Amino acid sequence: MATIRIPPVLRPSVGGEREVEADGATVGDVLSNLVEAHPATRDQLFGEDGDLNRYVNVYLNDEDVRVLDGLATVVTEADSLVILPAMAGGARTSLQR
Amino acid sequence: MAVPPIERRPCAGRYTDLVDSIGNTPLIELKRLSPKPGVRIWAKLESMNPTGSIKDRVAKSLIENAEEKGLISPGQTILEPTSGNTGISLAMICARKGYPLKVVMPDNVTPERTELLKMYGAEIVYSPGDQGSNGAVAMALEMAAENADYYMPYQYGNEANPRAHYEGTAVEILDELDGNVDAFVAGLGTGGTLMGVARRFKEELGDRVTIVAAEPMQGEPVQGLRSLDDGFIPPIIDLSLLDRKIFVTNRDAVVWTRRLLDEEGLFAGVSSGAIARVAVRIASEMDEGNVVFIVCDDGWKYLSSGLYTLPVDEVENLESTVWW
Repeated sequence: MATIRIPPVLRPSVGGEREVEADGATVGDVLSNLVEAHPATRDQLFGEDGDLNRYVNVYLNDEDVRVLDGLATVVTEADSLVILPAMAGGARTSLQR
Repeated sequence: MAVPPIERRPCAGRYTDLVDSIGNTPLIELKRLSPKPGVRIWAKLESMNPTGSIKDRVAKSLIENAEEKGLISPGQTILEPTSGNTGISLAMICARKGYPLKVVMPDNVTPERTELLKMYGAEIVYSPGDQGSNGAVAMALEMAAENADYYMPYQYGNEANPRAHYEGTAVEILDELDGNVDAFVAGLGTGGTLMGVARRFKEELGDRVTIVAAEPMQGEPVQGLRSLDDGFIPPIIDLSLLDRKIFVTNRDAVVWTRRLLDEEGLFAGVSSGAIARVAVRIASEMDEGNVVFIVCDDGWKYLSSGLYTLPVDEVENLESTVWW
């Protein structure tokens, strides 16, 4: 079972959980199983063509899978997935004091 | 490995204007951070640019590109949403070239940034702090639409941004290491550095070189999105130019910024710590070769955070701060 870290914006769709587990041999399989268990995530994670929403980044451990093998990236038992929204760097907001 | 011995080079040239002196930054070998004797890690000190950051290259390119294309006239007002290094660089360059600069930024930025912008003569227009830089971009676009006299370079979508690195940063590295570059690591912000350097390196070196992006993992308090469609991807980014893209947490970025200081004497900003972390990881996966990474800016703007002297877990607002 891979562990998936859920970003705040997606947590309402998974019952408020910060982390969920899902099975799968590839990133695509794991996300499909996530969607099956939590259907409200489908439209946020995937477009109509079945590809990842372009504003969603999925990391295998800490590496963006789009730059690896995409949804075909192999996942092992010890791996964790992190889903994050695409946010550009460079002082986007503020240093809060 | 065919790299010439380190030798002193002559003084880095004479220039008739500060703007012309931008670039030609040194490469410093970081022996203590290298995990293996056969792998050399090189820091390109972009903090040595006139205003202290790599953005001097970008700002110069944005303005000079606009001048070459006839997009701006002498004395025209330049408008840009930024509270970061780009704004500071633009402020210096616009002051030197005689363009009034309006910077649109959120009203809750730190005093250091405000002072640096004012010091170079920029006029600051504040946007609502709770809308972050999305609010600043929106306000700047509105201002540009209402006043045709303004010119907005827009670093996130302007090809002059990566071109500065294609023609400058990349060429300097290739020249200094005689083309012997096995990995290049930079931060993923606007994407300009990575896109420009990657394009040049892939043209000159092919698959020999691995291009690696270090990406900020913004803390949860910062991810104030209503939906995933509120995300933002700078238009200039082309992921196919990257070989690896690795996120770095705020905590790791700060830890490694301290390691740069404590182990190599480098006083750098937080993005440089994050990039160094990834560079050392890439180096540990190699048997031999040269790994080059970018030190984007120096640490002065972050000094008041205490991150250079406090234990990392005592740094305030570690997760709610956008460090880079």
